[in-house]
Amino acid sequence: MSARLWPIFRRDLGLLLRGAQGRGGAALPLLFFLAVAMLYPFAVGPDARLLARTGAGVIWVAALLAAILPLDRLVEPDVEAGLFDQWALRGLSEEALLLVRIAAHWISFGVPLMLAAPVSATLLSLDGAQLWTVELGLLLGTPGLAAIGVTIAALTAGLRAGAALGGLLAIPLAVPLLIFGAGSLQPGGEGGLALLAACSLVALALAPFAGGAAIRAGRE
Amino acid sequence: MIAPSLAARDLACRRGDRVLFRALSFALGPGEALHLAGANGIGKSSLIRILAGLMRAWHGSVAREGRVALVDERLALDGHVPLGRALAFWRAVDGADDALGEGVVGGEDRFGLADLRDVPVRYLSTGQRKRAALARLAASEAPIWLLDEPLNGLDSAWAAQAQAAIAAHCAGGGLAVIASHQPLALLPLRTLALADFVPPPEAWDDVDDAGEAA
Repeated sequence: MSARLWPIFRRDLGLLLRGAQGRGGAALPLLFFLAVAMLYPFAVGPDARLLARTGAGVIWVAALLAAILPLDRLVEPDVEAGLFDQWALRGLSEEALLLVRIAAHWISFGVPLMLAAPVSATLLSLDGAQLWTVELGLLLGTPGLAAIGVTIAALTAGLRAGAALGGLLAIPLAVPLLIFGAGSLQPGGEGGLALLAACSLVALALAPFAGGAAIRAGRE
Repeated sequence: MIAPSLAARDLACRRGDRVLFRALSFALGPGEALHLAGANGIGKSSLIRILAGLMRAWHGSVAREGRVALVDERLALDGHVPLGRALAFWRAVDGADDALGEGVVGGEDRFGLADLRDVPVRYLSTGQRKRAALARLAASEAPIWLLDEPLNGLDSAWAAQAQAAIAAHCAGGGLAVIASHQPLALLPLRTLALADFVPPPEAWDDVDDAGEAA
C-alpha cells in the first residue's frame, strides 16, 4: 500500500507546489500572507509598539486566510477528472489518499508560511522571542489548518460554488486554532501552544475519515 | 493465477424515482466479452459503475474475481503533464517494478501514442484522449476491463484497432464489458440489451425496497 502511495504523494506535492494549468501553486497563499503583513503597518500607522502588540494576531489571521485560498484545487479537480475513481478501483482507500494529500498540502502551504514568517515579523516589528513563538505556533497549527482544508475541499467537491462555500465552512472550524495560536503570544499564554497542538491532532485524526466519507457519498 | 470472473445477480438500479433496470443477471468467465447495448440514458454507465463497485446497486450483487480497470468519459490523466509521464504515473501506482516508465507509450504502442508522449494531455484531441485512456487501461494489466463508450471519438481505423485490442485481451484470458451504442464487430461477443430489463413506469413501485420484483 505505502509503495503505491509514494508516487501519488510525489504527484500531489508537485501539483500543489507548482500548480497546474490555470491554478496557482504554493506562491499564491505565500504572497497573500506577505501582502497582509505589508499592508497592516500602512493601515494602522508605523507605531512600533502597537505593531508589536497586535502583529502576531495579524500573522495568524493571515495564515488562516492563506490556508483557504487553495481550497478549490485540493480535491475537486481530481474527483472531476476521475482520479479518485481510478484509485478506488485499485483498492486504495480514500482515507489513505486524503492523508497523503494533507501531508502534501501542509508542505506546500504550511512550510512556506513558516519560511515567510520572519519577513512578516520584521514588517510587524515583532521581537525575536515573539517570532520564535509564532514559528512554533505555525509548526503546531498549520497541520491542523491543512487537515481542515482538505476535509472541507472533499466535502464541497462537486458542488456548484464549492469554492466560496468551502471558505465559509473552513473559517469557523479553524477558529480554535486561531484562538490558541494567537493566544500563545499573550503574556502567560504558553499553554496555548499545547492546546493548539491538541486541536491540530484532533483535526488530523478526523479529517481523512470525514473527507473519505464525503468523496464516497459524492459518487452516488 | 485465479481465473478472472465477473457475475451480476439480480441487479436493479434506481436513480431518483426512476427504476432504470431490474432483474439483470449475467456471468462472464475468462475470454468472454459482453456488449451492453441500449439507447442514451438507459443506464449503461450506471451499470458499468455498479460493476466497478463505484456505485451501490439498489438491489442485487456483483461478484468480481480479479482486478478491474475502467475507461469512462473521464480521462484521469493530469492535463498539464506530458502524456508519457501521465501514463507512467499510473504505471507507478500499479506498482510496476519494471522501469517501463515512458515506455508504456513507446513499448508496444498499440494505440499510436509514441509521437504524442511529450505533448501535454490537455492539447490532445478527443480521439487521442480516448486512445490515451485505452493505453492506461491496457497498462494496468487488470484482467477485467470495463469500458464505457470506448469507441466515442475514435475514427474508423482506431475504432477497429481498439476492438482488436479488446479481442486480444479476451484471447489472453481477460474479460471485458463494453457499454456502447455503436455496433461492435468484435468476437466472441455476447450482447445484453438493457431495454429488456427496463420496467414500465407503472411497475416502479412494485420493486420495493427489498428489490423484489412483483
